[in-house]
Amino acid sequence: MPQTPMVEPVTSARHALSVRDLVVDFVQDTGAVRALDGVGLDLHAGRVLGVVGESGCGKSVTARAILRLIDRPGRIASGRVLLDPDTPAQQDLAALDPEGKAMRAVRGGRIGLIFQEPMTALSVHYTVGNQIIEAMRAHSDMSKAEARQRVVALLHEVGIPRPETRIDAYPFQLSGGLRQRVGIALALAADPQILIADEPTTALDVTTQAQILALLRRLQRTKGVALMLITHDMGVIAQMADDVAVMYLGRMVEFAPVTQLFAAPQHPYTRALLRSVPNLRAMPRERLATIGGAVPHPGARPVGCPFHPRCPEIIKGRCETQAPPEIPPGERGASCFHATVATMPSDAEATA
Amino acid sequence: MTAIVLTSDDRLAEATQLQLTWWRFRRHRLAVVSLVIVVLFYLGAVFADFLAVVDPHATDARRSFIPPQMISLFDNGAFLPHVGGLKGVRDPKTFKLVYTPDPARKLPVALFVRGYPYNLFGLIPTDRHLIGIVGGQGVDGIFLLGTDQLGRDLFSRLIVATRISLSIGLAGVVFSLMLGILLGGISGLYGGTLDTLIQRAIEVVRSIPTIPLWMGLAAALPNTWSVTQVYFAITLIISLVSWTELARVTRGRFLALREEDFVIAAELAGASQLRIILRHMLPSFASHIIAATSLALPVMIVSETSLSFLGLGLRPPAISWGILLQDAQNVQVLAGAPWLLSAAVPVILVILAFNFLGDGVRDAADPYG
Amino acid sequence: MNVLEVDNLSKEFPIKSGLLQRETGRVRAVQDVSFTIGRGETLALVGESGCGKTTVSRCILRALPPTRGSIRFSHAPGSSIDMAPLSRRALRPLRRHIQMIFQDPYASLNPRMMVGDIIAEPLLVNGVAAAQRQARVRELLDLVGLPAAARTRFPHAFSGGQRQRIGIARALALDPSLVVADEPVSALDVSVQAQIINLLLDLQDRLGLSMLFVAHDLGVVRHVSDRVAVMYVGRIVETAPTTALYSTPRHPYTEALLAAVPKADPALRDQVSAPRGEIADPANPPPGCAFHPRCPYAVERCRAELPQLQEIAPAHWSACHRTAELLLRGVA
Repeated sequence: MPQTPMVEPVTSARHALSVRDLVVDFVQDTGAVRALDGVGLDLHAGRVLGVVGESGCGKSVTARAILRLIDRPGRIASGRVLLDPDTPAQQDLAALDPEGKAMRAVRGGRIGLIFQEPMTALSVHYTVGNQIIEAMRAHSDMSKAEARQRVVALLHEVGIPRPETRIDAYPFQLSGGLRQRVGIALALAADPQILIADEPTTALDVTTQAQILALLRRLQRTKGVALMLITHDMGVIAQMADDVAVMYLGRMVEFAPVTQLFAAPQHPYTRALLRSVPNLRAMPRERLATIGGAVPHPGARPVGCPFHPRCPEIIKGRCETQAPPEIPPGERGASCFHATVATMPSDAEATA
Repeated sequence: MTAIVLTSDDRLAEATQLQLTWWRFRRHRLAVVSLVIVVLFYLGAVFADFLAVVDPHATDARRSFIPPQMISLFDNGAFLPHVGGLKGVRDPKTFKLVYTPDPARKLPVALFVRGYPYNLFGLIPTDRHLIGIVGGQGVDGIFLLGTDQLGRDLFSRLIVATRISLSIGLAGVVFSLMLGILLGGISGLYGGTLDTLIQRAIEVVRSIPTIPLWMGLAAALPNTWSVTQVYFAITLIISLVSWTELARVTRGRFLALREEDFVIAAELAGASQLRIILRHMLPSFASHIIAATSLALPVMIVSETSLSFLGLGLRPPAISWGILLQDAQNVQVLAGAPWLLSAAVPVILVILAFNFLGDGVRDAADPYG
Repeated sequence: MNVLEVDNLSKEFPIKSGLLQRETGRVRAVQDVSFTIGRGETLALVGESGCGKTTVSRCILRALPPTRGSIRFSHAPGSSIDMAPLSRRALRPLRRHIQMIFQDPYASLNPRMMVGDIIAEPLLVNGVAAAQRQARVRELLDLVGLPAAARTRFPHAFSGGQRQRIGIARALALDPSLVVADEPVSALDVSVQAQIINLLLDLQDRLGLSMLFVAHDLGVVRHVSDRVAVMYVGRIVETAPTTALYSTPRHPYTEALLAAVPKADPALRDQVSAPRGEIADPANPPPGCAFHPRCPYAVERCRAELPQLQEIAPAHWSACHRTAELLLRGVA
C-alpha cells in the first residue's frame, strides 16, 4: 500500500537490523508472563534509535532478546531478529542456537552491548586491557601485541587520558565515568556495526553523563554504526536520538523521528509522559501533569489496549476490548485508535 | 489528587512474611518431603518404645547374629502374617547351642500385642507394642534387622536410639543458639573492642581441632557419672564449638540490619534500642536463624554419632546410633553379619533430610540472598 | 524565623591504612558549609558524587556526629538549640521534630510490619494513645492519597510510588518542624515521580512544611524548592532563590551543571555541553578552588586561593573570584 512518506527518508541508510513481531515470555510456576508482546523495530547504519519507556515496558528485554541473552525461565516465543535484512547474508538471530558459534560470532563481532552498570560488565579480576584484548582476539586472528596496540588506540579514542598506563588498571581503580568509557571500548573492541546501549548513563552524574553522551554521538558518527539507545530519560532521547520508539508493557506504542515526537506526539501515553517530565524552566512550585494509576504488572496485562485503564482519551467500548493496530514497520505512527484515524487519510479514501 | 485503588488480592496483600515464606516453601517438593521425613523421625523418637518389638536391652546369647527376618504375609494362600521361630542346633565343633531361624515353626504376627513393659511418654506404664508375635518361646521374636553379638534386636535398638540421637541434637542446638545469638548480637550491634574480642575468641575456638578437643573433654568426664549426666556433658561439649557458626551469622545480619533504612527510620522516630532489636531486627533474621539451625542440627547429630562411635561419647547401656555403629567396627564380625551396618542408614537419611529442609527454609525465607 | 541554621559545618573521615591502621589522611567530605532554612521553606541541596550533600543531611539528622560547626535547630519559635554537641540521649526528645524521607522505597519500610503499624510507630514510640494513633493514621493515609484499607496490608503489596507515599506518611506522623528528603523520587519511574512531586508540593502548601531536599536531578529541584544550594567537593559554591539560580547562575560550576542536563527538546541539542575533566576526588581535591582544573574561566588566582562565598545579589551567594565580572548562561 503506497504511503506518502511524512518522515525524513530512512531508507537511504543501510538497513542493519530488523526485529519483527518479537514475543518473549517468562514461564514461572504461577503462569507465563509476557514481557514482549509483538515488538518490531529497525536499526539503520549511522542513525540512533532511541527506545524509551518505564519499568516493565520491555526495553531491556528487547536488547537482550536481540543478543539471545535471555535465560530460562524466559524464552523467545515467536518473532524474527534479522541481521543484514534483505541481503544474501541475512540471518535470523532468533532461530540460532544461543550458545552456538554463529551467535557468539554475532555478539561482539556484529553487535556490541554497553551495559548500564560498568562494574557488572567488567570483571574485577582482570585488568581493563586484558578484558578488551580478550574481546578483540575472540573475533579476529590478532596477536596479543597487535591487540594491545589497538586497545591503547581504542582507549584513546574513548577519551581515557594516558591510555598506555591505564590499560593495565583494574576496573575498581577507575572512576565511574572512566569505567563507562572502558565499557564503551569493550563494546567496540571487535568493531561491530551495531551498538546497543542499555541505559548507559543512568548510573552516572549529570556532567559525566553529558561527556559520555557526547562521546557516544561522536563515535557513532565517525564509525557510522547503528546505535540503539535504551533509556527512561526523555531528555537523553531529545539529545541523542534520530528516531524514537516509545514502549509500554511490551509493545511499541509510538514510533517517530525525534523532532516530530516532541513537537506532535500522537499516542496519549507519549503525550502524558512528555508532560510529566520535570521542566528546568518551571514556575516556582509548578505542578506536573500526571498519568493516573501505575504501570500494571506484565502478568496482569489489560485486555484490549494495554494503556486503556490509565488513558485520558479512552474511547469507551473500543479500547477496553480491541487492541489497536500495530505500527507498520519503518513508518511513523502510534498504536492508538485516535492516531490511525488521523494519519491514514489515504487509507480511508482508498477503501471508501 | 487521583484516588489510588488497591488491587483486590487481599489474601496476598495481607499475608505476613511468615505466610509468604510458608507458601514459597511449599513449592519445593524436596524440602517438603524432607520436612515430612524429619517429622516422622521425631514422632518415631516420641513413640520409640511403642514401635519397638523386642526389649532393646534384653540380651540372649542364644540368638546372637541372627540375620534379618522377613514377615511373610501369606501361609498357604491364607492371609496370616507370620515369622519363623528359632530352633537350636548344636554346633559340631564348639558344642554350643546356636539358634537359627526355623521356617517350619510359624509364629503369627499381630498388631497391638503385649510385649516388654515400658513407660509411654515416660509417664504411662504399658506393655503394648505396634507389632509383635503371639505365643512362642522367650527366645523368639521378630528380628527385622537381625540381632547383634549379644542377641539384641537391632531394629528395636535402632528405633530407641532415635530418642537420644535426635534429642542430643536439639539440646545442643538450643544451647548454641542462645550463646551464638547473644554473643553475635553484641558483636554486631555494638562493634568496637567488644566486637574485636568476641571475634578473635571465635577464631581461637574454631582453630582448635575438634576431635582432639572432644577427646580431651570426654576423657575428663568422670567414670562414675550416670548416663544422663554424661549425656548432658556431651551436649555441652559439642555445643562449645558449634555456637561460633551461629554467632558469626548473627553478627553479620546485625551489622547489615543496622544500616537498613527502616531501622534508621525507627531510630529517627525515637524508638529505644530494645524496641529496635526486638521489633525490627530479630524478626528480620529469624528466618536465617531457622535455616542456620536446621543446618546445624545434622552437624550435632553426626558429632554425637562420631563421638560415640569412637567410644568417646555416650557409653552402653545408653543406646544411640553411634553406639550401635561401634559394633560395626570389626571387619571380621561385619563380614559375617553385615546387617550391623544398618544403623548408618537412619543417620544418612536424617542428615540429608535436615540439609534439604534447611536449604528449603533458607530459599523460602530469603529468595534473593 | 529560621527552622535550621547551619554554621561552618565540617565532617572529616580519617583514612586509615597499614598494619596498625594509622591515620594517613582525611577525607574532607563536608567543609565549612553554612545555610539556613526558614519556616515553610524548601531548600534544595544539589551536587554530584562526592559533593557531600548526603553527609550534610546525615549530620543534620545526627546519624553522624559533625567534626566541627554548629547546627541550630528551632522547632518552636523562640527556642533554638545547637544539636552538634549533644549526646544521643539528649537528642532523643528532639528526634520527633526532624524526620526523614528515604530514597529507596523498597528498603525504607520494614517488610514484616503492617503499613498501619509502620505509620503509627513514631506515634507509638512517643506515647500517643491507641485511639488517637488510629485516627492519626487514617488522617495521614488520606493526606498522602492512600485508601484506609492499606492499613492492614504489608509493604510487598504496594508499588514503589505507593511505598514512597507510605514513607512520607510516616515522616509526617509527628508533625515535624523539619523534613529531610534524601533523593525521594530518584528511584521512581518518570510518571510516578510526577505524582510524588505533586504530592510533596501539595503537602508544602497544606502543612507549611520546612524541607531540606537533597537531590541530583535539577529538573525535580526546580519544581520543588524555593532556594537552592549547589555543592562541589564538600563546599557550597552557590546559594540562591531557585528562579535566580536557574536563570542567572553566578558560579561556573552551576553553569556547567545546568548546561550538562539533557533538555527534553531536540531543538536545544546544541546547548548541551559537558565540562572537561573528572569530578574532583574529595580525598585529594585540587588546591585553591576545587573546580579550577575544569573551569573555562579559571585564572591564576583560582589555583592559589580558595574563594569565599560572597553575596553578589540579594540572597544570592557565590564562591568564585570572578563572580562579579562573569556573565554566565542559565536556562530560563
